[in-house]
Amino acid sequence: MGESTVNNGVNVEALLAARAALTDAPEAAKFKWRASCTWRNGTHSTSSVQGFSGLGAEQNHKTEFSFDADHPEVFASEDRGATPVEYVLVGLASCLTAGVAAVAQNRGIQLKSVEAKLEGDMDIQGILGIDSDVRNGYSGIKVSFDIDADATPEEIEAIVAQSQKRSAVYDVVTNPTNVAVEVNSTNSAR
Amino acid sequence: MTAADVVEFIAGFAAAAEAPVRTHTTVTAVRQTDGGYHVATDQGDLGCRSVVLASGACNLPNVPPLRQEVPTSIACLTTMEYREPSQLAAGGVLVVGASATGVQLADEIRRSGRVVTLSVGEHVRLPRTYRGRDILWWMDASGVWDERYDEIDDLNRARGLPSPQLVGTPERTTLDLNVLTGAGVELVGRWAAIRDGKALFSGGLRNQFALADLKMNRLLKTFDEWARDNGGDADTGPPERFEATRVPASSRLELDLTRGEYSTIVWATGFRPDYSWLDVPVLDRKGYLRHDGGVVDAPGLYAIGLPVLRRRKSSFIHGAEDDARDVIEHLAGYLAG
Repeated sequence: MGESTVNNGVNVEALLAARAALTDAPEAAKFKWRASCTWRNGTHSTSSVQGFSGLGAEQNHKTEFSFDADHPEVFASEDRGATPVEYVLVGLASCLTAGVAAVAQNRGIQLKSVEAKLEGDMDIQGILGIDSDVRNGYSGIKVSFDIDADATPEEIEAIVAQSQKRSAVYDVVTNPTNVAVEVNSTNSAR
Repeated sequence: MTAADVVEFIAGFAAAAEAPVRTHTTVTAVRQTDGGYHVATDQGDLGCRSVVLASGACNLPNVPPLRQEVPTSIACLTTMEYREPSQLAAGGVLVVGASATGVQLADEIRRSGRVVTLSVGEHVRLPRTYRGRDILWWMDASGVWDERYDEIDDLNRARGLPSPQLVGTPERTTLDLNVLTGAGVELVGRWAAIRDGKALFSGGLRNQFALADLKMNRLLKTFDEWARDNGGDADTGPPERFEATRVPASSRLELDLTRGEYSTIVWATGFRPDYSWLDVPVLDRKGYLRHDGGVVDAPGLYAIGLPVLRRRKSSFIHGAEDDARDVIEHLAGYLAG
């Protein structure tokens, strides 16, 4: 199976060229990703992303993307969007799936379909403050891929393993990250 | 070969070669001069037109910066300082790194009766023997070891690979992570950070196992294909496949270093070269030598014995032989030209 006939819609040549270029220009490889969030009401908020920086300049998405987040009605909320922890699953799923496409393209393997199902276990005794021994976040996340491709089961397994190895969100979820939260407070009623 | 055998082998080579070896002589600086190089040593100076750097890739322990944050109540040893379990204070031992040295030390320290936790990042799994032959016989016979540096897809990656999980014993036993699990060693993920006196490990252990198992099986398949196509099936046993690395039901994500359960950390996190004496601008931004198959980016300067210098076997004693021939050919041409 030659690479020329395989098309998963990933421009691997451009990615490999970028990799070569950034090896010699490590400063340009430093990116900043940004999101902003506005509280609406209750547990409902709207987040948006548009600008980011990288390759030594400010960059922009073609349009601004926005995301409503809320909690479901079983939490006495209005359910105006996915819960934030579901967005974490979305981030992980889409990152691994993008990786599967890129790795398959690079290895000359034609994908026909890729489906992922994710499940995160959470004991909400943590976030409700019932039991301090229970963590707030997921106790574990299970990802299950169904992949149809012109490849052996071992080759498909290897693509998924390599995708995890190179995934940013997989790294964020599996490794600790320092988080700095700052507050600027005003009291406009005064 | 035992360590004593290796020493004897090298002494025998020195006698046979009759090269003017200056023992007990430390090179303190190498700098460029008009026609070549000035080599300063603690036994006097030398001038030469050409220099071959054969000081290797494993001069200094490569310990990650998080060592600085380890509580002072914990003793830290690198593999260069570790000798035997009896030198360690009582208490549990955290071994960091699961390449050849890491798995060997985890096994040895566990056998001394201690609690041992092994932090596992990217690793290379290999059985000691395959189809009745030593794994290194397969590497050699199948031609994997002769694979050239200019034919390898990602040379940087090949040059940075951790050493395979192998141990040399008279019984030629395999020492992989399943053996360690069976011996009671606890496996945890790559050590990512220290926070509030707690070591935090990656939750990506399962994928580290998957990557290593897949790579091992691909290599074994290469051997099987070679044996089938080259008459190797006759003098080897039938193809084998090994149990996948067993994933702990739930690998621990943190370990409290302040509770006194663990007394010692052994850093088996690899090595890096020491070129502090090399006063020639030929290092990359990470401190590694820039070279093309041992031809360094300075006239008359060469290297030998580095990982995948020209072949996969380059850093093995017998593997440097073909490299030496290639490098010397270039060097002779330089001196003649």
